[in-house]
Amino acid sequence: MGWFKRSKEGITTDTKDKRETPEGLWYKCPRCKVITSMEDHERNLWVCPNCEMHEKINAHEYFSFLFDEGVYEEFDAGMKSKDPLKFTDTKPYAARYEATVKKTGLNDAISTAEGLMNGRPVVIAAMNFNFIGGSMGSVVGEKIARSIQRSLEKRIPLIIISKSGGARMMEAAFSLMQMAKTSAGLAVLSKNGIPYVSLLTDPTTGGVTASFAMLGDINVAEPGALIGFAGPRVVKETIGKDLPEGFQTSEFLLEHGFLDLISDRKDLKERIGFFLDCALDREAAKPVSRKRTLTPKIADR
Amino acid sequence: MENHDFELPVKELVEQLDKARALQQETGGDMGKSIKELERTLQKVRKELYSKLSPWQRVQLSRHPQRPYSLAYIQAITNGQWLELHGDRGVKDDKAMIGGWGKIDGQSVMLIGHQKGINTKMRQYRNFGMPNPEGYRKALRLMKMAERFNRPVVTFIDTPGAFPGIEAEERGQGEAIARNLFEMSILRVPILCFILGEGASGGALGIGVGDKVYMLENTWYSVISPESCSSILWRSWNYKEQAAEALKLTPQDMLKNKLIDEIVEEPLGGAHTDPEESFRRVKDVIVKALPKLQALDPDRRVEERIKKFAQMGVVAE
Ligand SMILES: [Zn+2]
Repeated sequence: MGWFKRSKEGITTDTKDKRETPEGLWYKCPRCKVITSMEDHERNLWVCPNCEMHEKINAHEYFSFLFDEGVYEEFDAGMKSKDPLKFTDTKPYAARYEATVKKTGLNDAISTAEGLMNGRPVVIAAMNFNFIGGSMGSVVGEKIARSIQRSLEKRIPLIIISKSGGARMMEAAFSLMQMAKTSAGLAVLSKNGIPYVSLLTDPTTGGVTASFAMLGDINVAEPGALIGFAGPRVVKETIGKDLPEGFQTSEFLLEHGFLDLISDRKDLKERIGFFLDCALDREAAKPVSRKRTLTPKIADR
Repeated sequence: MENHDFELPVKELVEQLDKARALQQETGGDMGKSIKELERTLQKVRKELYSKLSPWQRVQLSRHPQRPYSLAYIQAITNGQWLELHGDRGVKDDKAMIGGWGKIDGQSVMLIGHQKGINTKMRQYRNFGMPNPEGYRKALRLMKMAERFNRPVVTFIDTPGAFPGIEAEERGQGEAIARNLFEMSILRVPILCFILGEGASGGALGIGVGDKVYMLENTWYSVISPESCSSILWRSWNYKEQAAEALKLTPQDMLKNKLIDEIVEEPLGGAHTDPEESFRRVKDVIVKALPKLQALDPDRRVEERIKKFAQMGVVAE
């Protein structure tokens, strides 16, 4: 399996990929201000041990703990936008794009990979929020379409991890049509009985919410994520009223029927894995731990 | 343990037995003989009492506050190997209807059921087991998911009825139930349905169209509850016993009229007297029934399901 590479290297040595942290050694939680060593923070899957705030993380971080031993093959890594409209706002899109590539070490707002999860081959497409707000243009659409194609051809499950401000304005209607393109692909996948899990993370908004993020066989969200179509500011300005507490959070969406479940990051692999075991009627690769139950105990068992 | 009036003889004996056992422990004296005696009497009284329950008494047992509800069955049958899923992808997550994937002896099954609350707070939370349209739509969404992945469906029915509310009507309670009957008739995977407690009308049938429909021994299933029937036809709430009798709502009557397929016996005195045993019996039925149904071709299975329901009804001409 020479085409597999260890992702660990990318995470621990590639500083371009790392989010800013105080001195790079310590992580200060933006919510509760508690400070953790970077090492512990990573071990805790970038979740604050004090207030459980789930920090925004990129595709490669998700790959590192969802794929068995962090081993995976990334595909289409070199794909980049072509700037079809020669778009310019305060700055040409092309220049902004290249600057972002340099700054982030990424080629667009999504990374796609195949590997084993609980011993089962899966395709995971995960978005990078720090690349122009995780916006969806032609590259995101095409890489998702190819991920779907790969799932279809190999008949293996697909997981898409959304984290996006929505469609990318600089590619205008090309961006818009990525919504239709990805949704159409997912319809084919569904018709073929191949499971698709949508994982919604903070934030998932706009055209991403209004396409592939909401179309999972199961929709799973991390706790406390902002999930919506229109951004909260737009809603607030339009209706001229304050928004109710907890509006557009994962918990709000669960209550309103749009999510199957909310899962802490540390439980994602086990719970998504269990769903895939059930959908594909496979024996669980590893026995589910006795300590945790898949469905949190509620008062009326 | 709470008891209904008609269960008083049993209650007294249980109390005596408890006392005798406590005394034996305390004093170390040998009460063995009288304990055995009491146990025998209790068994005899129970057998007699529960073998000739009136329909109304069975209705009361079906509502016994200690009776295990759907989630308890699911937890036990799957041994905790179960992932609850939520939401109708429309308006709400209905707490009166639960569902999700579970493993029964290694086999994946979609489990769906009404859910009543176990105490005052939870009864409110579960809306007394009365789903809104979104509950039926959640159930249907999960059934379609099971169909997509070719896995069987097991439903647990225990409801005093679909919720009669303004919003429920606005959102199409009738449409939601109707859609389920339509879709369940032609769902291409096996469906087993268990009446665990109350099977009240369309609210029950909304997840009740299956290849095999079972009623537990102390349950009822009909077009209306005896109380409501009494109030409508007798114009008084006081004729619920007669109504229960007239409706032929017990498992025996339902089986005799070929409106269900089988009765699952409960532990003596009702499911709540030995929940673990009740769970085991229901699990046994599932484990035995599924392979037979799965061996059938899907077209044939659907055809037989439709035929079964098509034969229900009695006419003269
Ligand atoms: Zn914190």
